[in-house]
This record gives sequence, C-alpha cells and structure tokens, in this order.
Amino acid sequence: MTILIRGASLFGNESGDILIDGNIIREVGSITVTADHVIDADGLIALPGLVDLHSHLREPGGEGSETILSGSRAAAVGGFTTVHAMANTSPVADTAELVELVAERGRQAGYVNVRPIGAVTRNLAGEQLADIGGMALSAAAVTVFSDDGKCVGDSLLMRRALEYVATFGGVIAQHAQDPRLTIDAVINEGVVSSEMGLRGWPSVAEESIIARDVLLAEYVGARLHVCHVSTAGSVDVIRWAKKRGISVTAEVTPHHLLLTDDLALAYDPVYKVNPPLRTTDDVEELRRAVADGTIDIVATDHAPHASSTKDCTWNDASFGMVGLESALSVVQHTLVDTGHIAWSDVARILSVTPAEIGRVDGYALPLAAGSPANITLVDPSTRSSWTTGRLHGGSTNSPFVGIELPGQIMSTIYRGAETVIDGALVAPELVRNA
Amino acid sequence: MKHLISTRDLTAATAVAILDTAIDMVEVRSRDVKKLPTLRGKTVANVFFEDSTRTRLSFEAAALALSADVTTFTTQGSSVSKGESLKDTLQTLEAMGADFIVLRHSHSGVASTVANNGWVDAHIINAGDGTHEHPTQALLDAFTMRSRLRGDKARGTDLSGISVVIVGDILHSRVARSNALLLRTLGATVTLAAPQTLLPREIAGWGATVVSTLDEAIDAQPDVVMTLRVQKERMTSGFFPSESEFAQLWGMNDARLQRLPSTSIVMHPGPMNRGLEISGSVADSPKSTVTEQVANGVAVRMSVLYTLMGDSR
Repeated sequence: MTILIRGASLFGNESGDILIDGNIIREVGSITVTADHVIDADGLIALPGLVDLHSHLREPGGEGSETILSGSRAAAVGGFTTVHAMANTSPVADTAELVELVAERGRQAGYVNVRPIGAVTRNLAGEQLADIGGMALSAAAVTVFSDDGKCVGDSLLMRRALEYVATFGGVIAQHAQDPRLTIDAVINEGVVSSEMGLRGWPSVAEESIIARDVLLAEYVGARLHVCHVSTAGSVDVIRWAKKRGISVTAEVTPHHLLLTDDLALAYDPVYKVNPPLRTTDDVEELRRAVADGTIDIVATDHAPHASSTKDCTWNDASFGMVGLESALSVVQHTLVDTGHIAWSDVARILSVTPAEIGRVDGYALPLAAGSPANITLVDPSTRSSWTTGRLHGGSTNSPFVGIELPGQIMSTIYRGAETVIDGALVAPELVRNA
Repeated sequence: MKHLISTRDLTAATAVAILDTAIDMVEVRSRDVKKLPTLRGKTVANVFFEDSTRTRLSFEAAALALSADVTTFTTQGSSVSKGESLKDTLQTLEAMGADFIVLRHSHSGVASTVANNGWVDAHIINAGDGTHEHPTQALLDAFTMRSRLRGDKARGTDLSGISVVIVGDILHSRVARSNALLLRTLGATVTLAAPQTLLPREIAGWGATVVSTLDEAIDAQPDVVMTLRVQKERMTSGFFPSESEFAQLWGMNDARLQRLPSTSIVMHPGPMNRGLEISGSVADSPKSTVTEQVANGVAVRMSVLYTLMGDSR
C-alpha cells in the first residue's frame, strides 16, 4: 500500500509531497509517481505524528472514564501517534505484567503506540521502589517512571529512585508537589482562593520540589523530567538548572498555557486540576519559557473523569481535564498564533523532543525519507468554538468547551496507516495496525 | 434576587432594604400574634450537612414566623451516609415540594454550585458553606451594628462612618469573609487583626486595613470589635503556638474593653470559647451584643425569606 500526500506545507514552510510505502516514508519533495491513495493536502501543514509524554488512559480499573481504546481514539483525533500511559491505574502499573498488559491492549486498539509509564514506588505509596528493572527489561521496555498524581516526596527515596532508574537509562517524571505544603489543597493559593474560601495550593510547593530534584539529579548524575510545570517561579528554577548543565527536561500542559484560576470563581469543577490553574503572570511566563526552550515540551496530562465525579461540589470533584483532542489547537492558539514559536517548533515540542525524552524510536528524523510514516496533517485556517462533539474519549471533562480555538486535524497516519481521514476517526475494525 | 449565596451579590441598596425590612420583622415579633402569612403554603427546607443547632433553629423560627411549612434535613440518619450524592438529595427534597432550600455544608462553594448548575428550581439561601461565606450572619451583624449605634435613626442608613475591627481566625472564617465584603459595600471601614498564619493571602481586594495585633486596632478607637470563634485544632496544626498566647495578643479582654470608646460594641457570632477569643466578663458586659445578635438573626432571616419571595420566578 502506498499513500501520496500532495502539496502539504512541510513544518509550515515550503510545499512538498510525501510518499509513504508500507509503514515507511519513501520520499519527500516533488514527487511525480502516483500511489494507491492520494491525499490532497493543499492548505494543510504536515507535522510528524505527535507524541504525548503524559496521559491517563485509566485502564485497568478506571474503564468508566476511559479505556486504552477510547483514549487511543482521543489521541488519534488529536494528531497523536504515540502516547505515554501514566501508571496510576488500579492496580498500579508497578510490575512487568501490568505494563506488558497496557502495551498489549494498546497494540490491540491499534490507533497509536501506547507506551506504558511505570510507577516509581510500589502502589504509588512513596515507600519502596517498584519493580523498575523488571519493567525496564520487560517486553514493554519501560523508559519513563512516574508516581504522577503523587509526588515522590521523600528526599532519600527520590535520590535512590533517580540513581536506580539511571541504571536502566530511564528517566523519572516527577509530579512536583510538596505533600505537606498542599494538604487538602484544591486551588491555586492567591487572590482567588482567598475569595472562594478554598484551601490553597501555593506555588512554592511546586518550586521547592523542583529545586530539590534538580540538585539531586545533578548530584547523582541522573536525568530528571518535570511534569506539568505551572508557575513562573518553577520556570526560573529550571532555567537556572539548565544553565548549570543539569540534565533536566520539563513539560507544560495546554491548559496551563491558556487558562487561569479566576475561571473557577463559580466553583465549576471542570476547572479543578492538579497542579491548579494559576494566574495570568504564570501563563505568560510559561509561554515565554516554551519559546526560549526552558520548557522542552507540551504534554497533555489528559485526565478523563466520569461526569459523576465532576457534577458535584468543588471539594468532592476529581482533579483533571481531558486534553488529547484539543492539544494542538491550544498550542496553535497560545504559542503559534501569538508569535512565540513557529510550526517547526511545534514539531519539536510535540513530537521530536517528547519522543527523545521517552526514548521512543522513529521520531528523531521527522518527515524524512526512511523514517516510520507517523504524520499529522493540520488545517490551521479554521476557527471554531470548541464543543464536546470534538471529544472522542470516554469522558467529556474539557475546560475548553465554548472557547474559540483554531486548527483542525485532518489526517493522522500511524506507521503508514490512516487513523484519521478528512478529520474523522477510522472505525476500530478498520484500523490497519490493530 | 432569587438566591442569597454571597454578600458579594448584594448592592448597598438591596442590603439596606433587607435591613429595613428586618426592622419591620422585629416589630412583628413584638406583637401578640407573632406571625405574618407571607409564606403560607410554601415550604422551607433546612438542609444541614454540617451540624449547627443555632443557625438551623434561627431559620426554622424565621420560616415559621412567616407561616411557611418547614422540613428539616440533617445528615444524621440521612441517605447521604449511604452515598447518595448532594445533587440527588436536593432534587429529592425539591420533588417533595421545597420552595426554599436553606443550605449548610462543610464544603466551600456548595450553595453556588447548587444555584448555578440548575439542579433545582428552589430559592437557595446559603446558611454557611465551608470557609467561604455565611451571608445571613453578616446581614444580622450589620443589622445589630446599625441598631446599636444608630438607634431610632437606623432605618434607611448604610454603615458609612462606622469603623469595624474583625479579629482572630480570618482565614477559616466564613463570618469574617461575608462581613468584610458586606461592610465594605455598606461604607464601613474595616480593619483585620490577626497573625499572618490566620490571614488569607493576597487580600488587597477586600479593601480592609490589616494590623498584627488587637492592641494596634484598639488604639484606633473602633466603633465595633468583632471577635470570631477559634477552632482549637488550629493550634495543633501550627497556626498559633498556644491558647494563652492567642488570648494575650488577639483575645478581647477587660483591659482592652476599657480602652474602647464608651459607645463601642463587642460582637461574637457564637458559639464562644470564653477565655480564648473573648473573656467571660467581656461576653457578659453591656457592650457585648452576643444575645442581641441571636435575636436579630430571626428577624433578619425573616427579611431575607420575605425579600427572596418577592422575586417572581
């Protein structure tokens, strides 16, 4: 099977054709041969398939809000060809058997490459290390370890975890949240928490953990990845660490690039997320940090929740927002259309670098002959109010509903097979990689 | 106005009108027949997910005085303990015919969530939500200040020219939050006196002056000193070191009472920790308005029910 993408703007720059043969990109440039299937990409931007380093696919244990299949579909429609599935499932992904199960279900779904993330500590309890070596050496070949949802708070345990994971060439993705400074915290601490009478989550609880962790990473010579950076102060700490030569990478979520804590004033739990939405100053600094490279990637922290856990009081509601479907639109809106970065940078922050951090093969040479055919075609010219109709996962807790956003994924190709055609998902039984 | 969720939603004119109606309600309650027929055939549901005997009784008395039928729901023995959601509980109560839901809950924002989400069609009155607000308490406090400081000349006036000190655990107090907002709307000047551990962050927007100790606030000769209940468990979680230190720096005692102008008053929303935030002798002194606040509470809550009833649905 050959596919010819005709006349796409490569990385938002010059126009070119892409010939796919089987699961490989055969040729890029001006192509005269024909193919089994031709995609007219006039007006569309070609990007490498997107890679998410941070999603919650909920399976096993949380199938009421998402499954690996439904989450894979949400990912594909958002232009992703690889997603990393966080370990906080039930049971927790802390053994080789569990991560192999997640990877296998991902293969069965067939929409994207599902890369399981392993827990750092057994049952995310923060007490003893999980089966890190077992997961690293399993068929799932886990490279990213995280207790996300919880912080590895104990300094000694974090040191050991960094050292042990480094043994296998992996990376710890830390959810930076000092547990003691955030007891029962449900919203950013500041003007809004004071007005709402809610327990505040102070920025220093994130910044102090990042500061500790970069120093530990430097001391033991390990890699550190910081999940969902949310404050301007965290950016300063990471900037300092990078300048010092510490091996640290950082991600920001789409929602932290756009939304602020004052949206929560009516106590609508759709805006309840961890780390919490911060202030306009933080949002602006996070955008600048992506532009100057201090923050390496955008990752969704896609966190589906069944409506019953959002249709309740603010305190009772679960933390989290879905984000796979809307990620590229929010990135275009907050970073590209504002002039912070170019489309070629989008390829870097949403594909090349996240793949590099997760040691995912096939993304190092994007849109190049010989690379695996992971391609996303986006129409940047559309603009519309975001609706739940554009969500394809198991849950609809999107904070972007009603916000006008640009861009529409028209085509997603995963290892040479189309998972999204003309903006519509391919049916599960027709996904060729399944 | 359909609901009363926050004192933030009250304009000065609306608040003054509620206080003036409350004067009429005090008059009603001094008659032989202490009832008005306003809410005949209407049902007021007191829904208390958090224990509060005095607020519940006050709302019950107010509803009965307006001839409403009253149903009371408390968590004890309710289906909430069986895991029924707040939404289901409230919809059940409304299906049983509640026209007003007086709601008390330990979570901040619950009244707002219920009013905004369209779960029910009834009027919602916030009777205290977590550490957020307690608007009827602020109204009854304003009523008490106005009648004590202005006497017969109270009707029609706001609180311009009145200086109020709120002292103690501002951070966890829904009474302080509702009062600070309403007092500002009504033109009073507000000073907050508390250790930094018991002050919310970034409260410049509250329009209040902040001082560290009660003595500093007393030096300014305020018209009103409003003390707040201190939860003793705050001490073990490190908000202040000891009861004696708290009483020494932020407790209202005789020495401080002596230094106040003769016309000043001392308030407390109850229930009091005598000897901690307020000394027994201050609580029992003629300057104390504690029992008056309780009595005024019924009239003010009658006025709130009466005012909301006037909103065509």
